[in-house]
Amino acid sequence: MTALGKVLRTTAFKLSAIYIVVFSFFSVFFVLYISYTANQLLGQQLQATIAAEIYGLADQYRSGGLPGIVDAIDQRSHQPGASLYLITDVSGRILAGNVSRVPATLLNSSGAAPVTVPYERIAGGGTSNVAMVQVIRLPNGFRMLVGRDIGEREQFRRIIGRALAWALALMIALALMSWFFVSRRVLKRIDSLSATSRRIMAGDLSGRLEMAGTGDEFDRLAESLNAMLDRIEHLMQGLKDVSDNIAHDLKTPLTRLRNRVEAALASPPSNDTYRDALQATIEESDQLIKTFNALLMIARMEAGSQDGAMISVEAGAVVRDVAELYEPAAEEKGVALSVDAPEPVTLIANRELLGQALANLIDNALKYSAASASGTPKIVLTARRDGPSLVLQVADNGPGIPETDRARVLERFVRLEESRSLPGSGLGLSLVAAVARLHHGAIELGDAKPGLVVTLRLPIDQART
Amino acid sequence: MRILLIEDDKEAAAYLLKALKEAGHVPDHALDGEEGASLAGEGGYDVLVVDRMLPKRDGLSIIEELRGRGDDTPALILSALGQVDDRVKGLRAGGDDYLGKPYAFSELLARVEALGRRRKPGEGETVYRVGDLHLDRLGHTVTRGGQPVPLQPREFRLLEFLMKNAGQVVTRTMLLENVWDYHFDPQTNVIDVHISRLRAKVDKGFGEPLLHTIRGAGYMIRDGAR
Repeated sequence: MTALGKVLRTTAFKLSAIYIVVFSFFSVFFVLYISYTANQLLGQQLQATIAAEIYGLADQYRSGGLPGIVDAIDQRSHQPGASLYLITDVSGRILAGNVSRVPATLLNSSGAAPVTVPYERIAGGGTSNVAMVQVIRLPNGFRMLVGRDIGEREQFRRIIGRALAWALALMIALALMSWFFVSRRVLKRIDSLSATSRRIMAGDLSGRLEMAGTGDEFDRLAESLNAMLDRIEHLMQGLKDVSDNIAHDLKTPLTRLRNRVEAALASPPSNDTYRDALQATIEESDQLIKTFNALLMIARMEAGSQDGAMISVEAGAVVRDVAELYEPAAEEKGVALSVDAPEPVTLIANRELLGQALANLIDNALKYSAASASGTPKIVLTARRDGPSLVLQVADNGPGIPETDRARVLERFVRLEESRSLPGSGLGLSLVAAVARLHHGAIELGDAKPGLVVTLRLPIDQART
Repeated sequence: MRILLIEDDKEAAAYLLKALKEAGHVPDHALDGEEGASLAGEGGYDVLVVDRMLPKRDGLSIIEELRGRGDDTPALILSALGQVDDRVKGLRAGGDDYLGKPYAFSELLARVEALGRRRKPGEGETVYRVGDLHLDRLGHTVTRGGQPVPLQPREFRLLEFLMKNAGQVVTRTMLLENVWDYHFDPQTNVIDVHISRLRAKVDKGFGEPLLHTIRGAGYMIRDGAR
């Protein structure tokens, strides 16, 4: 695209062009209106003046007869001013007046209204001017002309015309100038936006669009685009994490699986060996499937695409259901499982996933706290409303998690040294965290003094951000 | 039971067909969606096992079409997409049960048999009987040998589901799905403990045990004397 083409296509140019056209029309109309009404007014004044002069001269004629009027005209002709007089005899010879030439046919015609004609003054040096005149036919065939030079009016008209031209020129100049500056500024910002976008597209997802801080539409656009980039980066990171996780943490058990089968094949043929190896293989692959499912589930939740299963859920009922499911198992392990859900709290949620999150937390609490709790091991499930949020809590009185490790255990496949001997994939808490995020909430690990308390805080009003 | 398996993975299908035959069923096989739809349309099957993603035609659309014609042959959907919303979509399309891949054959068999059983008369029964164990679904009472067996509401539903499928294997996940309406897989052996509690009430002190553990599969309630 050429530079001119680019400029012509900008929104700023189009807007400026529209403004120029609209304001030009307005100015022209405005100036024409003024000059028309002013002309009208001036014309009326001229006519009135001429009428007054004629009236005065008629007086002279009545009192002094023909010589009186010739005298009066001669006298008036010598006064400076814009008034014009002329009196001729029957043959057209000038008797008195300050007009040297008028169109020949003018004196033969006589009308009731003044007309505009070109004329020359006696002292004018032969220059032709324009005047408004009225011709009166006197009783004895004499003609009298009374008029007024309208050069002033013409001058006024010229001034108006010039003003109009100037105004138009100035307006166009100003419009061009403002368009130039606005478009340069706007173009610059848009160019910067698109340059940054291209850079980001080229692979640097961490780049962000600049904000001028003015809060204008460009800032808002940049803000939205940045939010979009945040989301994309987050998703890409999630994808990368999953593939890293698969590489690291699924290959290990797969290798183990393969080695076991290989060892069984290499050993002397025996049904028992084969049976044991196959049994172990099934168990290992079941564990792999579980890990894989959990990973996929987390990834799906991070992508935020589980809306199909979002329904109105009463949190207290979910907590009681899950507690009821675990109660016999807890009792068998000597753990006191209790529920504290004083009031019903209803929100739009995925019941299945809330249940699974609670189940994971109880699984963990049973696994880690039953063995090493101080006093009688106990687990307390809480569901309550806290302002705009639903608070779900699972607290135990087991060993807890040291403060420095609390953020880390939410990551995928992270297992603390102390728990490596116990079965588990290291995905339980990651899944809980993903469930919290899917519901636009947050997860928090705290100290139950003694023990661990996991708090999920989910907004009840699911206004999507 | 006559079973129609619509599955495009030949190896998996061959294994399933063999195993279903060994379990005493008569399976037919369709390799793609169109063949599956025409076979299913002919009718005469007790259960359909439909893979969700099939060549030529989507598995869900086959079930939708059958349901649209008023054919309510029970259908089990097999899918590699085991997520919650996929399950919801599958059941909305008219599927009766949903099983995520990969699965244990024992799980598939138990579900197929439970679906086939559903069609037989007995669905509307108000009293289930297994040996001398009686469960009154309307009165919510259970007796064994005439003696009342007091049960918690959840234990009642557990026993009800087992007795509805009496003589057939019921897996742990089937119990979790049907009695608790959850589809996840708890790490703790929660179902086993519920069963042992139920067993303590139903079997303990009454000669012949009725509630059996089927190793590697699940549980079954049956009259051992027959």
